[in-house]
Amino acid sequence: MIQSAYYGRFGGSFVPEILVPALESLEAEFLAAQADPTFGAELETLLSTYAGRATPLYQCRHLGTETGSRLWFKREDLLHGGAHKTNQALGQGLLARRLGKTRLIAETGAGQHGVATALTGAVLGIPTRIYMGAADIERQQPNVQRMRLMGAEVVPVTQGGATLKAAINEALRDWSASYESTHYLLGTVAGPHPFPLIVREFQRVIGREARAQFLAATGRLPDVVVASVGGGSNAIGIFTDFIPDPSVELVGVEPAGEGLQTPRHGATLQRGRPGVLHGCFTQILQDDEGQVQESHSISAGLDYPGVGPEHAYLQETGRARYVGCTDADAMAAFSLVARSEGIIPALESAHAVAGALELARSSARPLDILVNLSGRGDKDLATVLRYQAEGGNGGH
Amino acid sequence: MGTDRYAAMFARLAARDELAFVPFFVLGDPSMDESLALISAAVEAGADGLELGLPFSDPIADGPAVQSAVTRALDAGTRISACWPLLRAVRDAHPTVPIGLLVYANLIVHAGVEAFAAQCATAGVDSVVIPDAPSLEQRWFAEAFARAGVALARILPPGAAASRVAEVARASAGYVYVTSRGGVTGADDTVQADSASVVAALRAAGAAPALLGFGIAQPSHVRAARAMGVSGAISGSAVVSRIGAHETAPARREAVTAFVREMKAATRP
Ligand SMILES: Cc1ncc(COP(=O)(O)O)c(C=O)c1O
Repeated sequence: MIQSAYYGRFGGSFVPEILVPALESLEAEFLAAQADPTFGAELETLLSTYAGRATPLYQCRHLGTETGSRLWFKREDLLHGGAHKTNQALGQGLLARRLGKTRLIAETGAGQHGVATALTGAVLGIPTRIYMGAADIERQQPNVQRMRLMGAEVVPVTQGGATLKAAINEALRDWSASYESTHYLLGTVAGPHPFPLIVREFQRVIGREARAQFLAATGRLPDVVVASVGGGSNAIGIFTDFIPDPSVELVGVEPAGEGLQTPRHGATLQRGRPGVLHGCFTQILQDDEGQVQESHSISAGLDYPGVGPEHAYLQETGRARYVGCTDADAMAAFSLVARSEGIIPALESAHAVAGALELARSSARPLDILVNLSGRGDKDLATVLRYQAEGGNGGH
Repeated sequence: MGTDRYAAMFARLAARDELAFVPFFVLGDPSMDESLALISAAVEAGADGLELGLPFSDPIADGPAVQSAVTRALDAGTRISACWPLLRAVRDAHPTVPIGLLVYANLIVHAGVEAFAAQCATAGVDSVVIPDAPSLEQRWFAEAFARAGVALARILPPGAAASRVAEVARASAGYVYVTSRGGVTGADDTVQADSASVVAALRAAGAAPALLGFGIAQPSHVRAARAMGVSGAISGSAVVSRIGAHETAPARREAVTAFVREMKAATRP
C-alpha cells in the first residue's frame, strides 16, 4: 500500500491474503484517478448533469425555532437515487471502469447503497449484483424493486441476522473469488483500506459544498454539524471539510434502538470495543469473547455493529463526539420534519435531526446547526406506518 | 517449540514417501460433548495432523459448509473459554500430532495478542493461522506468538506474486498453507488451481513444507496435491459437511472415520 491504512490505531487491511493484490491495485488506481483531470471532469459532469449536484442548503422555517436555534439541512435527500450514496457509487463506478472491471458487486442495508450501485451499473453499462440481508429485503421493499427495475440482481442473504453485516460477509466472499473481473463497490467508510479513504474522498463533496453555502448564506460557519452514523459515510462526507475549523463542533448520531441500556441498539462508538470486523480494526459491538453481535435499529441503514475506522479515531482524539437516538425519538423527528417542513426524511436522517433538536433544546445559547439530511424517506413508509399501527414497536 | 511436531511429522512421512493428511474441524461442532470424540476418530483413522477452528461469528474466508459448522457450534452454545480445555484434551489424547489452530483476527485481538498466544502454548497448540491477517498485518501478531513458542503459519493463494512468496517463505514456521483455489473454503469436484509453481518457489526459497487446502474433498485431490509437490493436504468442508449430514453421533463418527481412512490411503505412494 502507498498511503497509510491507519487513522491513529484504527484501520488496516484485515482480509484474506488473496484480496491484497486487489486492494493494492484499487489504491493505486484511485490515486492515479485523483491526479487525472479527465477523471475528475467526468465525475463532475455526472454529479451535476445526472445526479443533480450541487444539493441545496435549506434553513428550516419551523423546525426547532422554539429553541432559538436555527436548523439547516444539507439536502442530500434531493440527490438522484434518494441519498448521499450516489456521490461515491458514481465515483467508484468510474474507478471500476478504469480498472477494466466488467462486474460490480455491493452490499446494502437500507437499499440506498444498492440503489446507488444499481443506477451506477446502469448508467455505466456494468452488470451489477447486490447482496442484501433477507430481513432488510422485507423492510425495504421499494428499494428492492428499484434495484431490480434498473437491472441489478438482488441476492438475499439469510445467514446470521440476515442484515447488513451478513451481506458484507457475502460480498467479501464473492470478491475473493471474483476480484479479477469484479469491483466490490463497498458502500461506506468501513472495510479494509483503501475503502475508507476512497469513500471519504468521494463523499467530502457534501461538506465542501455545505461549508461554502453556509458561509455565503450567513457570513460565518455553523456552530455544530450533525449527521447520522451507520458505517459513517454521510457523516465523514459532511465532517471532513469542517475538521480544520476548531469552532465547529462535530456530532455523530448513532442508533440507540430500544435504548443504550438494552442490548438492542447499534451504537458502536458508544458501546463497542476495539476489534476487527470486515477488514478493519475499529470499534465493534461484540460479546465478552469477541463474537460480533447483531445490532438493532429501526433504520436498516444504521443497523450495523461496526463503524468506519476514521470515526473511531475522531472519537478517540475528541475531534468529534457521538450520541445516541432511540427508535422512538427518530420516529418522532421523522413526523416532525414531515409536518413542519414538508420533507419526508429517511429514518437514518431522522436520527440526525433528532440529535440536532436535542442539542438545540439543551443549549444555553442559540446555535446554528447544520444537519446532513442524508436521504429521503419514501423507502421507509411501510416501516413507519407499521410502527405507528403497532403503537411504537416497528423494529424487527 | 511450535515447529517440532510438524518437523517430526514431515520427516516421518517423507521417509515413507507419504503425504500428510490433515482434517479440519470447528471446535464445538456439532457440540462440545461430541467434538473430542470426532477429532479422536479422525486421528485413529490415520490423520497425521489436525487443523482446528475456533468458531467465529463472521468467517469471511469460509464457504457454506464451514459457515454451517460454525453456526452449529455457536448455536450449541460453544464458548471460546471452553475451547481451551478441549484443545488441551486433544493434545493429551494425541501427544505427537501437530495441532494447528485456525482463528479469525478478532478473537485474538479481543483476548489480547499476548494472552491469546500464551493460551495457545498452554493448550499445546503448535501453530496458529489467521485467515484475515495477510502479510500487511502480520506485525500485529508475529512477536507475541514467537515469544510464546507458537508457530504463526501463513496462507499463500494461487498466483501469489514472487515477492510475497519470498516473504512468506522467510517468515514461515511449521508449514505453509497453500490454497488450491481462489475464493473461500469449499468442497470441489476437481482441484481448481495448479499451485505447482508456488510450491516450487517456496521450496527454492527454503520455506517450511507446504500443505494444500481449500477444496480438497476426494482421494483424487490428494493425488493431485502430490503431483504439485506439496507435503500434505488439508480437508475442511468435506469433513464438516459429513458432520452436518448425519443425525446421530455414531453415524457422524463413522462418516468421519470412513472419510479420513479413504483420504489417508490416497496419501500413500
Ligand atoms: C439515507 C441514509 N443515511 C445514512 C445511512 C447510513 O450510512 P452511512 O453511515 O455510511 O452514511 C444510509 C445507509 O443506508 C442511508 O441510506
